[in-house]
Amino acid sequence: MIRRKLEENFFKVLMLLAIVIVAGSFFLIVGTIFYKGVPFMNWDIITKIPGGGFYIGKEGGVLNAIIGSLYIAGGATVLGLLISIPVAIYINMYLGSRNVIANSLRIAFDVLFGIPSIVYGAFGFLIMVYFGIKASLLGGIVAVTLLVIPILVRTLDEVIITVPKELRDASLALGATRWEMSKVVLRQIRPGIFTAILLSFGRAIGDVASVLFTAGFSDNIPTSLHQPAATLPLAIFFQLGSPVEEVQGRAYASALILTIVVLIITVLSSLLAKRFSKNKIQ
Amino acid sequence: MQFRLLKDKVLSKLMLLLTILSVSVVLVIGIGLYYKSIPVLANSSWWTLLTSSDWKPLKGLFGFFPFIMGTLWVTGIAIIIALPLCLLSSFYITEYAHPRVRKVLVPFVNLLSGIPPVIFGVWGVLFIIPLIQNHIAPHFVEFSTGYSVLAGGIVLAVMIFPLIVSIVCEVLNTIPKELKEASLSLGATKWETIKKVYLRKAKPGIIAATVLAISRAFGETIAVLMVCGNNAAVPHSVFDSGYPLPALIANNYGEMLSIPMYDSALMFAALLLFIIILLFNIISRVILARLERKLAA
Repeated sequence: MIRRKLEENFFKVLMLLAIVIVAGSFFLIVGTIFYKGVPFMNWDIITKIPGGGFYIGKEGGVLNAIIGSLYIAGGATVLGLLISIPVAIYINMYLGSRNVIANSLRIAFDVLFGIPSIVYGAFGFLIMVYFGIKASLLGGIVAVTLLVIPILVRTLDEVIITVPKELRDASLALGATRWEMSKVVLRQIRPGIFTAILLSFGRAIGDVASVLFTAGFSDNIPTSLHQPAATLPLAIFFQLGSPVEEVQGRAYASALILTIVVLIITVLSSLLAKRFSKNKIQ
Repeated sequence: MQFRLLKDKVLSKLMLLLTILSVSVVLVIGIGLYYKSIPVLANSSWWTLLTSSDWKPLKGLFGFFPFIMGTLWVTGIAIIIALPLCLLSSFYITEYAHPRVRKVLVPFVNLLSGIPPVIFGVWGVLFIIPLIQNHIAPHFVEFSTGYSVLAGGIVLAVMIFPLIVSIVCEVLNTIPKELKEASLSLGATKWETIKKVYLRKAKPGIIAATVLAISRAFGETIAVLMVCGNNAAVPHSVFDSGYPLPALIANNYGEMLSIPMYDSALMFAALLLFIIILLFNIISRVILARLERKLAA
């Protein structure tokens, strides 16, 4: 009897320890980034583009990378939405939520979601070589769009499923076509669409491997789709590899910026998701 | 009236087209990568490419064995660290934690999943590398820079925490309450219930989560690239540096067009990753979908 109690308590302690490690790793990471990044943080970093001799520790900031990342993540999310909203509607409204083909499509998108970004990057690079496009903003947006489509489709799909069947039946019974029914449903899931946008934006802004081949890198803010664009994660990666202390410091500060942006996005999306689950018709 | 029906029809065909196009990306990627790796495959067989350790791009020798071993080491270490921790955490979250504690814990696991890979890499360089170099390695080996497969494994383990925890928690929540109550009422302790009822019931789900986590770890690029040391040799201990496949692709994109066949070899590496990850993903997703269907029925 005592042995069983001991075993119970032993594992209880182990579990507590495990959860402290798992949940604590978040604080450890964010803490490390803040601790190293804050001392190097200043206005120049977010308001200036790299000046002459930036990579040996002279003046400048990473505004080029911040803007580049926003362009790519924004462009990819918009493009991705244009593709994934119709796909999510098709799967749910035209095929029916519990259809065999619909379920296979869901698995297919889950599998696409699992494909690593380096493969998307390599594939994007292949397409660009095929069409003779140089590393550019356009190439980056296309590669990242491929990356976020599965996220958008699966998030939207999961939101659409929560819309009560009665709502769809009611609009169909009033003589609406399936497309008109879809419009009713789309209105109902509007907060869910915002959650999907935030999730996709967060993933897109943090990803490196997909833009490594496709977007290139540039010290200037791109003014057209055909110019190469810097991205924040790539800027962090390059600067961290530098032996110069100031440049490394700027890598820490850039990492801090990226972490804050991503944290805000994640918190916003989970708040939205919570509000959404409160408002939906049961 | 006619117009509305026509609109519905046209739009449905358009949406079908988009759906087919976006799903067929899987096929197109596979075909594209295979097409690009034909030159290197024509030069040497699959078997030589996979088992040879000669990596001399300038001489046209591409042996992927060190890189495959690097990937396996890193992934193996990550799973060995992450799986027990995540299982214990999931049990704690679903069985022991007070609902209020649960409400605090779960968001942190979610936040962790939102952190970009490059930040994990920076953290690895700033925290894990010095930790290994100054505190862990000296107990076992004479000298280590810290840039090792162990560092890669630890960083990857933290990266796959949220994935495993969220799936296992979901699977555990699907286990009928009656089973747990029956076991407890027979006098089993909570831990015995977990050990003898939950582990057995949740086995397929745990396997699926593990397979999914393995495939995630396999393809992770930048974080691993930053902490593994990138030395093209087969690692023999956890303190040796390694050079996983994705890191190889990412690190050499600059020079791959200037050396003949190099681009083809790197695309072959991408194809290899793609095939392995595709298989693993399909297996685990089918298991999970089946579980879900069983629950719905």
